Amino acid sequence: MIDLNAIDLARIQFAFTVSFHIIFPAITIGLASYLAVLEGLWLYTRKPVYMTLCRFWMKIFAVNFAMGVVSGIVMAYQFGTNWSQFSNFAGAITGPLLSYEVLTAFFLEAGFLGVMLFGWKKVGEKLHFTSTILVAIGTLISMTWILASNSWMQTPQGYGIVDGRVVPLDWFEIIFNPSFPYRLVHMGLAAFLATALLVAASGAWHLLKGSHINVAKKMLSMAMWMLLISAPLQMFVGDLHGLNTLEHQPIKVAAMEAHWHDAKPGDGVPLVLFAWPNMEKEQNDFAIEIPNLASLILTHSMDGTIPPLTSVAPQDRPNVPVVFFSFRIMVALGLLMIVLALAALILRKTGKLYEKKWFLNFCVAMGPSGLIAMLAGWFVTEVGRQPWVVYGLQRTVDAGSPNSVTAMSLSLLAFVLVYICVFGVGVRYMLALIAKGPAENYSLEDDEHLNKRPARPLSAADGVEI
Amino acid sequence: MHFDLPTIWAFVIGFGLMMYVFLDGFDLGIGLLFPFIKDKHERDIMVNSVAPVWDGNETWLVLGGAGLLAAFPMAYSVILSALYGPILLMLFGLILRGVAFEFRFKATESHRPMWDKLFFIGSLMATFAQGVAMGAVILGFQVDNGEFSGGGLDWLSPFSLFTGFSLLFAYGLLGVTWLVIKTEHGLQKKMRALIKPLTLLLATCMFIISLYTPMVNESVRDLWFNLSNIVYLAPLPVLTAAFAFLLMGAAHSKVESRAFICTLCMLFLGYLGLCVSLWPNIIPPGITIYQAAAPASSLKFTLVGVVLIVPVILIYTFWSYRVFRGKVVDTDGYH
Repeated sequence: MIDLNAIDLARIQFAFTVSFHIIFPAITIGLASYLAVLEGLWLYTRKPVYMTLCRFWMKIFAVNFAMGVVSGIVMAYQFGTNWSQFSNFAGAITGPLLSYEVLTAFFLEAGFLGVMLFGWKKVGEKLHFTSTILVAIGTLISMTWILASNSWMQTPQGYGIVDGRVVPLDWFEIIFNPSFPYRLVHMGLAAFLATALLVAASGAWHLLKGSHINVAKKMLSMAMWMLLISAPLQMFVGDLHGLNTLEHQPIKVAAMEAHWHDAKPGDGVPLVLFAWPNMEKEQNDFAIEIPNLASLILTHSMDGTIPPLTSVAPQDRPNVPVVFFSFRIMVALGLLMIVLALAALILRKTGKLYEKKWFLNFCVAMGPSGLIAMLAGWFVTEVGRQPWVVYGLQRTVDAGSPNSVTAMSLSLLAFVLVYICVFGVGVRYMLALIAKGPAENYSLEDDEHLNKRPARPLSAADGVEI
Repeated sequence: MHFDLPTIWAFVIGFGLMMYVFLDGFDLGIGLLFPFIKDKHERDIMVNSVAPVWDGNETWLVLGGAGLLAAFPMAYSVILSALYGPILLMLFGLILRGVAFEFRFKATESHRPMWDKLFFIGSLMATFAQGVAMGAVILGFQVDNGEFSGGGLDWLSPFSLFTGFSLLFAYGLLGVTWLVIKTEHGLQKKMRALIKPLTLLLATCMFIISLYTPMVNESVRDLWFNLSNIVYLAPLPVLTAAFAFLLMGAAHSKVESRAFICTLCMLFLGYLGLCVSLWPNIIPPGITIYQAAAPASSLKFTLVGVVLIVPVILIYTFWSYRVFRGKVVDTDGYH
């Protein structure tokens, strides 16, 4: 039996709730922009397929958004319930950033979401399109603030410490901290990639079933263009992000590469393809390595060196196997995405994009890969930051609330049960909606009918203002 | 009164919480009313009357949490860890309520009754938990060196349970009067019939809380039963009672928004009374807003955003309500 203390339980609870949560906003970010593009294309071309797709994905968006909102409220309060010492220590910086997220993003999303979802017949089409765009912009602003906050916890600057608490000195430095631009672009692309892969899988699934052929082709085609641009770009950005991490959090990179000891001069650092990092023996078991490759990737020279794990005391190292394997899962999936995008390009050139069964099956199988890669990436960066909650300033063990082990165990159990039941069912509904496909093909006649029809007749109480 | 940053921030957070109570109050109230309305079509209308706005309403709660963290990190960390039980209950309630909005329309027909039940249970849990939290805050927390040092069940007391029940009536009344505006025919009639009994229950609860609070909280007693203050403070209970009477009279008024507005006034006065009682403490019984305030650089930076952005938020929120004004007559256009 593993003996867990209250902090361990709080960490498990945070990892569990935030991992569940991040899936929904990632899809929200990707889908909101996709919806704006679809609605824009509909207004520009008047091709019914775009409106059909827009209405279809909006239903899925609504279910996903609700789950994102309610799982997000948990996060906003968990900093106080479970991490009160962190809140007390760093709240002067993370609080304002979170407040700006609420003010500039959450209200914007929520304010225009109603019109976007339910206002088709209540406002003109230009105003509706504006609402959709504002929701999409809201999701991107939201991501920007939360990543500024997270990045500050990874690479803090612009602060002072007074009476054992953080005091903000320069907000520009705080927001534009060294890792923020890289993390922001990396996460933005991850959200777009994850959504594109979901859309592609939905299209491919319908093509395999022979249902809703036209919209399915459009989904697959659009998603593959998106993938072709974003997947290679993501690899490039990821590389830059890695170099930035090497500069500011070298031990995280050492854990990603399972690099334990200094290389002999002139030898360079090998790239470990597979190994079982052994934290006690400070070495890798069963290692398969390519000489000098890590040097080449990380320092862009054959014999460059990076700080090894053993350059810091054991209690200052993160859990190496988790970081090491998460990183490999993320990179492997990223490479597979590039393979998928290139396969699509070749098939498109030969006119077989919608026909090849193996390719369509590949698309379906890759459906969740964007989300898995994103989660793996977050595990790399969050576990890799340990044992610090604010890098170099506050240790995770010093960040908790004075909760009992009993309270923490019960609440963890409740979270696991509720999340699996509620969000499990929600994801099932989303998949069922996707499997069902668009309810009807939107046609121009529908639109004319809609235009001729006055706004919904409102009854006697029309004048009542609230 | 001299204005300084912690004072301004106390007003900002007080305003955010008030907006939350008013707006999400009627959303949650609609959930609380579900057991009284069995008809599927009427339930759809009830839910659709808030479907386009509930998310924005709930955002005020997130602003309250984030604002408290930004401006009074110590209060955020102490109050939230002290209220571990009620906060968790509230969060689970809000999860159930929030997803039920979407799920009850998207679910297979066989799942629908379950989501209707969970919509009620979620609203019940969230409202009750918020009421319990309010009671626990009035009673205060044990704090040492800026950290909560009490027990895990300190929030649990007969008084906090009573405030929990009281909030059910408050939100229920907001829901009822909101639906008087948004519905017609049979459903509206049923809602009108609920106004009087709910007002009586709520007024009784507010009366008992007002009597009990000075008994358990010394500084509240000193404040309210000081002869020089009584002149200034007496209008609060008097006006609250007046609005309760007006509200009962408005139950069958032709002006459909009158009952809702009376409810808002009655709750606003109650809320004001509570704020006056606790001032200037943010963690009763002894930690003031000044002791719990964040550094000035945090307060200033965030205040700029509040001053510039909150008016814009209020404008587009108002616009969104206008777009969806009028009676909800069918489910056309929804889902």
